[in-house]
Amino acid sequence: MALYSDKVMDHFSNPRNVGEIEDASGVGQVGNPTCGDIMKMFIKVKDDIITDVKFKTFGCGAAIATSSMATELIKGKTIEEALKLTNRAVAEALDGLPKVKLHCSVLAEEAVKSAIDDYYKKTNGKGLDGYNPKKFDGCHH
Amino acid sequence: MNKYKDIVYLDHNATTYLAPEVIEKIKTLLEPNFANPSSLYGISLRAKEELEDARAEMKKLLGISSGQLIFTGGGSESDNLAIKGVAYANQRKGKHIITSAIEHHAVLHTCENLQKQGFEITYIPVDDQGVVKLDELKKTIRKDTVLISIMYANNETGVIQPMAEIVKIAKEQGVLVHTDAVQVIGKLPINIDELGVDLLSLSAHKFYGLKGVGALYVKKRVLLDPIINGGEQENGKRAGTENVVGILAMAEALKVSLKNAKDEGLREKKLRDKLENGLLSSIPESFINGKGADRLSNTCNIIIKYIEGESMLLHLDANNICASSGSACTSGSLDPSHVLLAMGVPHEFAHGSLRFSFGKLNTEEDVNKVLEVLPKIIKTLRAMSPLWDESKKTN
Repeated sequence: MALYSDKVMDHFSNPRNVGEIEDASGVGQVGNPTCGDIMKMFIKVKDDIITDVKFKTFGCGAAIATSSMATELIKGKTIEEALKLTNRAVAEALDGLPKVKLHCSVLAEEAVKSAIDDYYKKTNGKGLDGYNPKKFDGCHH
Repeated sequence: MNKYKDIVYLDHNATTYLAPEVIEKIKTLLEPNFANPSSLYGISLRAKEELEDARAEMKKLLGISSGQLIFTGGGSESDNLAIKGVAYANQRKGKHIITSAIEHHAVLHTCENLQKQGFEITYIPVDDQGVVKLDELKKTIRKDTVLISIMYANNETGVIQPMAEIVKIAKEQGVLVHTDAVQVIGKLPINIDELGVDLLSLSAHKFYGLKGVGALYVKKRVLLDPIINGGEQENGKRAGTENVVGILAMAEALKVSLKNAKDEGLREKKLRDKLENGLLSSIPESFINGKGADRLSNTCNIIIKYIEGESMLLHLDANNICASSGSACTSGSLDPSHVLLAMGVPHEFAHGSLRFSFGKLNTEEDVNKVLEVLPKIIKTLRAMSPLWDESKKTN
């Protein structure tokens, strides 16, 4: 029995959208090195649409695969649509994750929200309405 | 004979394949050795005799002149029997047990279990090379201390503990010493009489024997309660019909392993050192754990900063290389290796640890393959790691 689904392994082995966007509209980073996973997400927004997205991740196979999948799911979408992305949707798109790895999908959802929050801060000065960043300082995802 | 030629197996501290001599031995045992050694007819008595021959042979190989060698279901059971057995049997003397911060979970979790039952446990710290601090040990012994349990060599780093000194300190205070020698037996020549420990755990599948069988040495006059109750097998110290085939195969495996343990150790050391030197020179921001200490010659534990262990293992596996890691993701817990943390390795680096442990079938080709594959994997993973970027900015 494999630890991960074929889809997770595909996104881990050939991650989509790896890298940085130099003139990003928003950048979000979640997680911390003590817990063993950090996701950094860069978005480029034009007319309310996420025209480009890139990521950099330090973490396990699931952390890399969920980052990759999250970028695919929000690329070309409106901000409103991207905000609807749930950790469950990321996990389902990867044909499931082992239970102990579900926190990686939570991290991916948070990374997207964090990048959008940063984009709003830059545009409206207030950030994402009602956004309450999850704390990842105790490794208890 | 290498059936594993497509796979570079570098995880011998986790388990070993069966030695060919052991496979041959098992083939001769499977059919005729079904009888229960506790019964009274001829074939049972023969089984009993073979069992006792195996015990005598193992005692001789291990340098045990008196005392018992109790057959168990493996290393974890031996550790449980040693620690709980001594703790329960010596409660009138005291309820304090000393162990170290770097023990295998078979010891650590057994101690935690005893703690819940009212025993007091003290964990001795280690230095940055992973060696138990003897001055701390001396300070910690009390009147009610009944047992010191410290492993002979660590499974993750291979660091060998100063057992002779530990025994000396314990004897001065009249405290019993147990050692989990699971990683040492079969790898180093040993004489348990000379070592002077009171109890010692070993496990067959770490030295090319079968899984699910091990033994516990118990010195004469050591009080020990059984933890598995039932029949009178093993002098009443471990109930249950003996795993005859497993035990006979274990004796064969020990004989085969110890026959050329010294030469094999030197051969594996050459391979290990070549791997370490190659990795250190081709991978910046990496270091070897326990490099300054006396180590098992087959074990390499390397930290590769700014990337995570499971990712490396998955890529290695895709290249048919088997290794292990002390990252949280591979341990099933939220924290990385307690051994590395105890040595003062920061959390974020402990997540990036890899262990390669060599064995009989490894060749220089295996080392060359890792040296060819791993630096590329690291380059890929570092290219997508935000920590790698940050480290370059600050340096």
